[in-house]
Amino acid sequence: MIAALVQLAYVVGTALFVLSLAWMSDPKTARRGVRAGVAGMLLAILATWIQPAVVNHLWVIVPIVLGVAVGVPLSRVPITAVPQRTALSHAFGGLAAGLVGTAKYYLWLQHEPESLTRFRVGAIVLEVLLGFLTFTGSLMAAGKLQGLRWIPQRPVTYPLQNASNFLLLAIAAVLGVMLVIHPSAAWASGYAFPAVIGLALAFGVLLIIPIGGADMPTVISLLNAYAGLAAVAMGFVLENKLLITAGALDGSSGLILSIIMCKAMNRSFTNVLFGAFGQVQAAAASGEQKLYKEETIEGAAQAMEQANLVVIIPGYGMAVAQAQHKIRELAGELKKRGVTVKFAIHPVAGRMPGHMNVLLAEADVPYTDLVEMDDINSDMPQCDVALVVGANDVVNPAARHDKSTPIYGMPIIDADKAKMVFAIKRGRAPGFAGIDNELYFLDKSYMLFGDAKNVIGELVKQFTGGGMH
Amino acid sequence: MNEATPALDYWSMLFVFVLSTFIGLGVIRRVSRLLHTPLMSLTNAISAIAVVGAILVAGGEFPLEIRVLGAIALFASVTNIVSGFLITDRMLKMFKDPRAPRGQPSKNGEAAK
Repeated sequence: MIAALVQLAYVVGTALFVLSLAWMSDPKTARRGVRAGVAGMLLAILATWIQPAVVNHLWVIVPIVLGVAVGVPLSRVPITAVPQRTALSHAFGGLAAGLVGTAKYYLWLQHEPESLTRFRVGAIVLEVLLGFLTFTGSLMAAGKLQGLRWIPQRPVTYPLQNASNFLLLAIAAVLGVMLVIHPSAAWASGYAFPAVIGLALAFGVLLIIPIGGADMPTVISLLNAYAGLAAVAMGFVLENKLLITAGALDGSSGLILSIIMCKAMNRSFTNVLFGAFGQVQAAAASGEQKLYKEETIEGAAQAMEQANLVVIIPGYGMAVAQAQHKIRELAGELKKRGVTVKFAIHPVAGRMPGHMNVLLAEADVPYTDLVEMDDINSDMPQCDVALVVGANDVVNPAARHDKSTPIYGMPIIDADKAKMVFAIKRGRAPGFAGIDNELYFLDKSYMLFGDAKNVIGELVKQFTGGGMH
Repeated sequence: MNEATPALDYWSMLFVFVLSTFIGLGVIRRVSRLLHTPLMSLTNAISAIAVVGAILVAGGEFPLEIRVLGAIALFASVTNIVSGFLITDRMLKMFKDPRAPRGQPSKNGEAAK
């Protein structure tokens, strides 16, 4: 009876999870999606808890209470910290999968070795590998995003890096196969299994070390897919179809996001994971020095006020400078004066998929003003002023024609087609990819040097503080 | 869960995996690009369904060290569930459409312009 109820609850839970994601197709129904997800999850937890095999209720209650105690504050982080929170939760997901896999292996080994079928051991090995490499990899990614001092921000590369990483993974794979063949040998449980765990932990760290900030959106998506696949593997181990479905939904989401991110950079998975940007920097930075043209705040404000269409192109620099609220004020002032203001969002602007949208939505920019790259580009020739805030590579026209740049072939926002370009830039150093941005040296381009928040604050003052007229 | 199961079950699990991956690909492809960040935190919370495995390991009649592994996994999963759903909802609340203020007459939307 209970078994049937449990299965029924799992089926309903699966349906709720699918609905939850389906409702994410539109901002209007998206919150309903969250409620469906919560309902599915509560149902699954209750259905699991009432099973007679669960006898130590205190062992269930205490971790749940602690999880809630940590989870609630984690959900209140500032929106700028969302990428690192996301990476951290991938880490937790990987950890949970790895630990459950480890527990099941040793449990079956000690109590019913006959349960350790090849299929199960294979699934456990996959679960543990994916789980633990997601754990350390995501922790490293979270640390990089948080800007922890003891984690190098720039890509770290060394000779034979890829070769040694592959070797590590190959050893883990060989050990995994040996475990599948002899699951309960003394060396298997004593050495091979712990070695697989250790290799997975090490591989996760080494995988992220060579990856730079601009590649973070892809890497976070990829880690998302790994965390989902680890849950799928757990589903195979526990023979639980709800786990398999939910994990597969998460895995396919991570996969789609990774593909979108890769396409938006015109790079392949292998190139992101194994081709660090690091080497290119030295070579490209040696180009000749070009001169920037500067514009005053007053001049820029005047040009924007007289425009019909102003397109603001935000990048990660906007998040760093926390300039999104000032930008909304500026957009508001311009709109009051009859200027149309749109925001052009590049898929890889920021540190995770959709990063800019969330930051601007938090600053009360209506989502109807947030326009995707493909949709805004056809309007760019009609744009009077393009205002680039903390974005760089995503507006560099060199991506279209210069085969020597690492960003060659990457789709960009056509800021150079606007009638006039203002770019806010903190300093005169080249962008992340270490290359000068051609956009800044066009005849119609003018620089506004300074912290994005201050510069935009000054622009707003031109409209509000009576600095003009 | 612990009885030996016929080999057929492995095949049905693979079926479930393949089919749900395709459902996932179909559904996720339709998700608005605006919402990719909340999408990731939502799928994150959903994949914390690993909580199911963790409860069985932590709450079962097992040796202490096994239950400790389960309890840590349970803690990690619940953290993901709670923070994942809450932050997704928090972010989604921020996405406002000026043309159609929910549950309010449209004059508010006009005033915002």
